[in-house]
Parts: sequence; C-alpha cells; structure tokens
Amino acid sequence: MADDIYILGITMTKFGKHPDKDVVDLGAEAIRAALKDGGVTMKDMGVMAAGNLMGGGGIAQQLQKQIGQTGIPAYNVSNACATGATALRTVIMAVKAGECDMGLAVGVEKLAGAGLLGAGGAPKKDKEAWEPSGRFGAVTNTDGRIGTNTMPGVFAQVGMEYGHKYGGTSFELFAKISEKNHSHSTLNPLAAYQKKMTLEEIMGDIMIAYPNTRPMCSANCDGAAAAVVVSGTKLKTLSKEQQRRAVKVSASILTSDPYTESCQVLPDVNTLTRRAAQQAYEQSGVSPSDLNLVELHDCFATAELVHYDNLMLCEEGGAADFFLSGAPWRDGKTPVNVSGGLQSKGHPISATGIANIWEVCHHLRGEAGDRQIEGAKVGLAHVIGLGSACGVHILEKSAA
Amino acid sequence: MGAQVPLVDYLVLTPEPHLIAHECTQCGARFFDRRNACASCENDQFKQVDIATSGEVKAFTIVSMAAPGVPVPFVSAIIDCDGTSVRGNIIDVEPDDQHVQLGMKVALATTSVGTDSEGTEAVGFGFRPIA
Repeated sequence: MADDIYILGITMTKFGKHPDKDVVDLGAEAIRAALKDGGVTMKDMGVMAAGNLMGGGGIAQQLQKQIGQTGIPAYNVSNACATGATALRTVIMAVKAGECDMGLAVGVEKLAGAGLLGAGGAPKKDKEAWEPSGRFGAVTNTDGRIGTNTMPGVFAQVGMEYGHKYGGTSFELFAKISEKNHSHSTLNPLAAYQKKMTLEEIMGDIMIAYPNTRPMCSANCDGAAAAVVVSGTKLKTLSKEQQRRAVKVSASILTSDPYTESCQVLPDVNTLTRRAAQQAYEQSGVSPSDLNLVELHDCFATAELVHYDNLMLCEEGGAADFFLSGAPWRDGKTPVNVSGGLQSKGHPISATGIANIWEVCHHLRGEAGDRQIEGAKVGLAHVIGLGSACGVHILEKSAA
Repeated sequence: MGAQVPLVDYLVLTPEPHLIAHECTQCGARFFDRRNACASCENDQFKQVDIATSGEVKAFTIVSMAAPGVPVPFVSAIIDCDGTSVRGNIIDVEPDDQHVQLGMKVALATTSVGTDSEGTEAVGFGFRPIA
C-alpha cells in the first residue's frame, strides 16, 4: 500500500505586475517561502519538478542555482495551463513510489502584458504564390478564416456548446459568474485585481469574443507558487506543529483527453475533467457534497459554468440552475473560486495549478483571514491545460 | 476564370464545393488531417468520405479581438454536419446575437481569400444561414 501524501509547505507570491523580478526571482521567492512554511530546506528535498512555459527552458536548474544546488533529480515539465499541477503530480508520484520522502514542486510565469494567447503565425505576404503547407495543406493563415484559434473564442464556444446542449445560458448568465469572482477577489490581497465590478460594468466592457468581455477573461499577470510534498511516514517524525498544518492530499489525478467526435475542431475540456473528477472522488472517498470549497479553472466565465457540471457539483445539465441558486458564491452551498478565480486573481499559467491548491490549503489550515470559509475540512482544486491535460486534487484538513 | 486553389486540402472545389475527411474503416471516426492510426480505435485503414454540406450551429462565438491582420468581427462556429463536427465561420450574417443563434441551420459556401502573383485565386469556405 502506497504511503499517504501531505502538503507540508505551500505558498504563492502576489499575482500581478512584477517588473523588477524575472522568472528566477519570482520562482525563488515562492520556493523559499514554501520551504519556510514547511519548516524544511532544500537539503530535505529528494526530488524537484518545475514548470515555466514562456521562458527559455531549464527552469528547475536555474532555480536550484538561485537557492540551493543539492544534486537532486530535476524534472522540467510542460502541460499548458495544467503545468503547475503536473509539477506537483510528478513530485507526488515520486514520493508515493517511495523514491524519496519529500519533494518540491514550483510553477512560475511572467505574463503581464502578454495580450491575446493563441494568436500565432505570421500573416502571408501579399502577392506571394499560394503554396499548400502544414497538416491541412493550407495556402495561408486559417485563423479567422476557419474559425478562431484564440483562447477567449475557443472557450466562448465551449460555454455556448453547453448552452446548446442543455439550455439556460445567456450572455447575462456568464457575466454574472464573472461578477461573483470579481466580488470574491476583493477579499484576496494576493489577487492581481481586487475590484468589485457590477453586472453592467462587466457586460458593458470591451467585447473580446462573445459572450466573453474583457473582465470575463483570465488576467495575464506575473506570479509563482510552490509546494513541499511529504510522505505520511516522514510527517510522523516531524514536529506537532508541522503535523497540524500539513494538508492531506486525498486524491491526485492527471488526465489527458480521450477521443471524442468533435475534439478535432473544438477541444473537449469536459470529458477529461469529468473523468479526473470521478477518479478523484473514488480515490479519496469524498463526494461532491462533502466539498467545503472548490477552486476550478475559470480561464473564462464560459469555462466556469461547464466545470460545475464536469466536477459533478450539480446534476448533469444543471450548471445554470446551480449557479442561479447561489451555490457557488462564498456564502453558498459549494463556494467556488473564493480566491477571485483566474478572472481577477490572475493566471500566470505555470503557477496556476499550484496557486489553486495553496488557496484550498489556506482555508483548510484556517489561515485565510477575511475570506476564510469557516470550518473548511475538504476542498478540491481543478486546472485544465488546453490540448488537453486536467489536474484534480482533493485536499483534506489534517486530523492531527 | 483563372485557376483556383482551395484554402485547405480538405476543401474540394469541384464539381460542387464540399469538405472531405479521412474516415476510419473500422469505427467510422473522421479526421480532417492524416493520422497514422485512428485516435479512437487504433485501426490504420482510412477511406476518403464527403462531409454533408449543410448542418446546425452547435456552438459559436463572435470574435471582436484577434491577431493582427485578422479582420474582425467574425463569427466562428462549430457546425454539426449530419454527425460530423466542422469548424468554420458563419458568413453573410450580421455578427450579433440577434442574427446568429444556436441551432440555426446553415449551408457550406465558398469565399475568395485573394489572388496571388500568378493570378491564382485561393478559395476558402464558410457557412451561410439557410433562410
């Protein structure tokens, strides 16, 4: 039987603009804080996994040089927006396999001012002869000619597809989801934006890809998050205080997308999330109704809606009713994204999949201050990287 | 009329414009690009099939902000063409939520992408609402 897994130390930096810090500075800040939070040092780490998408590569070794080179195995991981969760999952697998009893996961990104993601490729020069190239034999760029490649549009279609299948969605409904998250963010001092926005302000803002206006899109920003993982056996040898603050990882799941009919034209972010959730509930013995809080991947307001359903927080097809019941507000039955979510907390890609776990841990430890969900004992963190990869972790307050 | 080339190789211009796909001979899964084995069942035999030229909008977005050089606004959509999902723009329609609706019926139509230095026209496709 594999050993239990705990988060011993975890942190996130302030998300936002950090013009004076590079990715190594930010990652190092997060790691040093996570080690301190866990009462350990780099010498205690047996493995390290690190993620950073927009930098030059080799972030794990760069970070080791910044804070402590101990010669441990380093994995540089990349899984789109699920990169942080993938780093954590890599470390958890190593500890679970008994290769070591402690490990470090970190994700860091500099993304402030990055603009529209997914808009790639140089435009064709005028008067050049048409020459088919690429997998589809395209004679010129197809973005904008055969649908859209940009993230706000892709995820808009994801939400609209849900509306077509089950009904009950509207521009206003999606905007209300964003209103919730912006409202939640006012209590999170580490969020990139802490501004409450009215429904009118959200709907009246710049349209990016209908029905997603600008505040309904995840905020590009800088940030890092890091976590120290420990085995249950090792934890028992540590101090009472460390044992008290450790958070149990009851499930750690990573899935990729299985074949579905339309996934070649619109990424299917639903099936792999539903599978990850099912596996996580089975592995942990936790049911959706047990969850005191959920941090899910609201990269766009249209995405949050479908994940209520995918994570089985509601009946199949009942996501709109679930939202309208008030359930995902912080005083509701299943608070969702009390951090403010990616729309206001921000989405420094590789950091996101650890920062959402930090948020849940923060509540389970009773350390979330003004935004504390009182008595939180069980939480779920979900992240999805397009392509696709889905991470789901279920976390429980330590019994010690 | 000068020579024409399709924007992508899965658009066939003659005798009537239509889309084609590689269909798995075992499970029937369809792919617009080449696969070494079927992503659904791993069979490695495919046959070329024609895609229905009309269908129903099952998802759309109206893109107002895009990469430099991409004219906006445009309507991107996923069309259910008799069981095969196709990605394409909805054309010849006002790009707003009064005129574009989920479930609307559309049909394949071609568009001119431009003409190169040799006088060859590139022809693209979109879907036009059926009145």
